[in-house]
Amino acid sequence: MLAAMPPAIELRGLARYFGERTALHDVSLQVPDGATLAVLGRNGAGKSTLLRILAALLRPHAGEVLVFGESLPRRAFAVRGRLGLLAHEPLLYRELTGRENLEYHAALHRVDRGRVDEVLAAVQMERRADEPVRLLSRGMIQRLAVCRAVLHDPALLLLDEPRANLDPAASALVEPLIGRPAGRTRVLTSHDPRAALAEADLVLALKDGRVAYAGEPAGFDDARLQELYA
Amino acid sequence: MRTALVVLRKDLRMEMRTWETVPAMVLLALVTFVIFHFGLNRDTIAGQEAAGVLTATLLFAAMLGVNRLFVAEREQGGFDAFLLAPVDRSAMLVAKAAGLFIFLTALEVIAIPAFKLFLLGPSLGPVLPGLILILVLANVGLAVIGTLVSAIAVHTRARDLIGPVIGLPLLIPALIATARAAGPLFNAGHVSGAPPGKWLAILALYDLVFALLAYAVFDFLLED
Repeated sequence: MLAAMPPAIELRGLARYFGERTALHDVSLQVPDGATLAVLGRNGAGKSTLLRILAALLRPHAGEVLVFGESLPRRAFAVRGRLGLLAHEPLLYRELTGRENLEYHAALHRVDRGRVDEVLAAVQMERRADEPVRLLSRGMIQRLAVCRAVLHDPALLLLDEPRANLDPAASALVEPLIGRPAGRTRVLTSHDPRAALAEADLVLALKDGRVAYAGEPAGFDDARLQELYA
Repeated sequence: MRTALVVLRKDLRMEMRTWETVPAMVLLALVTFVIFHFGLNRDTIAGQEAAGVLTATLLFAAMLGVNRLFVAEREQGGFDAFLLAPVDRSAMLVAKAAGLFIFLTALEVIAIPAFKLFLLGPSLGPVLPGLILILVLANVGLAVIGTLVSAIAVHTRARDLIGPVIGLPLLIPALIATARAAGPLFNAGHVSGAPPGKWLAILALYDLVFALLAYAVFDFLLED
């Protein structure tokens, strides 16, 4: 059923290097619209690099990257605004308040200010939204980062360990925004591979920047998982 | 233009909250005037000498602002957030250059009276309109070149070093023009208040060339 949908993401022979080091090598796959791709691998396997390339923040050194049919980075302008990135860094200014940060991003994305109140309410941050970000806990900052990532209602969400620093209650709060109920195409990495597998339609396992497995989660058994993280 | 205003408003708000840049620039200018006052062992200076002291002081104070221009964008993910938005990248050039121009103007509002107090002999009143014109043109050059240099330097590990190393040589022609235009205004006998047109034209041309150059290359400086 997934294969019948038009691909939101298509990678063909993607490669990226940092000097002598191979971050990604010959990565190819398709992610149908509305599907969730879990990217698994040990630290330094190339997961974050892949997400930054999909966000058009990094140039691939070889291969082709298509997002919503647009080739990156050449046609990056056409997909900016249609994707949201939740990275390791919250991409928030520490000296500004949470609300000021979100209003800044709303203005960049030409989103109505009412949407800021809406997302703040969704993660129960209204009461702390007028405090400088530097005074907030990591969990609160992560909730604000989730707000920033979904403020413009992106069709594609790139989630790099989205539940880092969140307790179970906060995880539940952000679920409607970044979880499967949001109905977006998602690419996610997680420090908890089993949790990522549980919500994935597709799996991409990376080992030293190379594809160790690409396919449906059913084919990625415990033995493969243990081998990947060995 | 709308995006540039959004970024500029954010930058000014952050400066007014932290006061990290303008006070440091002002303090450096004031300390430099005091050093010149005692170093030259003169109560007052005038003419080209005064123009040289003022220009050099403003330049070194400006470099502090240049070095800080993109630090928050780099350290707090502002570049990535901006690049993820469907906006023209040149808006950041315009916003940062406008922000630096405002910082320089704020610096001069304090530094020029202080310069008169500590060092300058002749009266400033009659030549003030001419001096303001020179400073506006000089600020445009400093803001544009400073933004360009800062955007290059911020991606390097030695950004505090790279800024002055690249920026100061690029600014030499603009600074010569500024000093030569301002020199006659600081002569005791100067009464017309008008700076030499030739140096103003050179300054304006230099501003225009670097504004076009910055516009042409700035997109590439934001890429990885």
